[in-house]
Amino acid sequence: MNISDVLTAVLTTTGVVFFIAGTVGLLRFPDVYCRLHALTKADNLGLGLIAVGLMFQADGAGSAARLGLVWLLAILAAATTAQLIARSALTERPGELKRSASVDWY
Amino acid sequence: MASLVFDITLGVLIVAVALAAMLVRDLLTAIVLFIVYGLLIALAWVRLDALDVALAEAAIGAGLTGILLVGAAGRLRKAGRSRQRRPSPLPLPLPLPFLIAVVTCIALGFLTLSLLRHAPAQVVAVVPELAATGVSNPVTAVLMNFRGFDTLLEVVVLVVALIGVWSLTPDRRWGGVPGPLHRAQPRGVLVYFGQLLPLAGFVVAAHLLWSGSAGHGGAFQAGTVLAAVWLLAAMAGLVRAWPVASARLRMLVIFGPACFAVFGVYGALHGTFLAYPDFAPGLWLMTLELVLAVSIAAVLSLVVLGVPRHAP
Repeated sequence: MNISDVLTAVLTTTGVVFFIAGTVGLLRFPDVYCRLHALTKADNLGLGLIAVGLMFQADGAGSAARLGLVWLLAILAAATTAQLIARSALTERPGELKRSASVDWY
Repeated sequence: MASLVFDITLGVLIVAVALAAMLVRDLLTAIVLFIVYGLLIALAWVRLDALDVALAEAAIGAGLTGILLVGAAGRLRKAGRSRQRRPSPLPLPLPLPFLIAVVTCIALGFLTLSLLRHAPAQVVAVVPELAATGVSNPVTAVLMNFRGFDTLLEVVVLVVALIGVWSLTPDRRWGGVPGPLHRAQPRGVLVYFGQLLPLAGFVVAAHLLWSGSAGHGGAFQAGTVLAAVWLLAAMAGLVRAWPVASARLRMLVIFGPACFAVFGVYGALHGTFLAYPDFAPGLWLMTLELVLAVSIAAVLSLVVLGVPRHAP
């Protein structure tokens, strides 16, 4: 159990915790916008931590760079699709935003 | 020990997701679960050390089939037909289909485990001949060289599937540009994504194609990645497909299998159909894979785009 294994374990566990948080948000949040918020924030950070944790197990800089590239592409895709989903929800179901904005959550 | 736990968890997850996809009532939810199932099967292939199959499963089984099904669900919704919930499954007595599935699973398990005792024979037969093929990945050698006929017919099957999709065109639309008219906000995220990702996708596809010779990859995987990024650019409105009636589109579609068939005939004139020449067989193989990848990309994109929906 050397230092890189410990780092991998810690980072990937933290990443999984973020994924769990994002999934709980996906299941429990009341409307589309809150769910998108939970998904993109938690999953991007969770995936980043897992990718960085796995970099310590990669053999060589090339594999580590590929893991980083996977994270980068996943962030790009998640951000774009979150924007598109939010915009399509806004145009197709405008009532949902008004409803959630008018409720007093506090 | 840890890998056993992982494998058992993966197996249970696969069965659970498959059951969920069958039993859930909403159509779109079932499609999303099917995509998840495809990705889990790709993981299972990785655990079985079949990385080329895993790449193909993730790209085509999960990605491409997922897009096709989501598109179909969208068109059903527009036709007002997806609000109809799927009827409650299993009108038969509950145990009967379950019993048939369990018996089939056990029979397949026994067959697979008994085959494992003879499995190394295939690898043992292929490996000594690898040096003559010019590539060092046995999967690529089998696909493109030893069983090249099967690959040729597979790509022809793809072209036939495309013809099947095109045959659904309404008469008055025949010959037009396939697919819906995609419009995106000119300075929006989809256009940005559609300009950025094809660059990365082109590099990834080239890498998958090139690494098929020594590592894992191949024509189908590279072709699917190319199709995916081209479709993204098309959905952003940055590129438009050529009309279905245009000669250059049809040339592009049949270019791959035609080249492969011509190469086969050349081999037949020198002995065996689809025999590789002794001079640089690896180079011939990679060139054929490149040509096939381009055709596969064209066919898959056109299948996803669908029928022409506007007058030519």
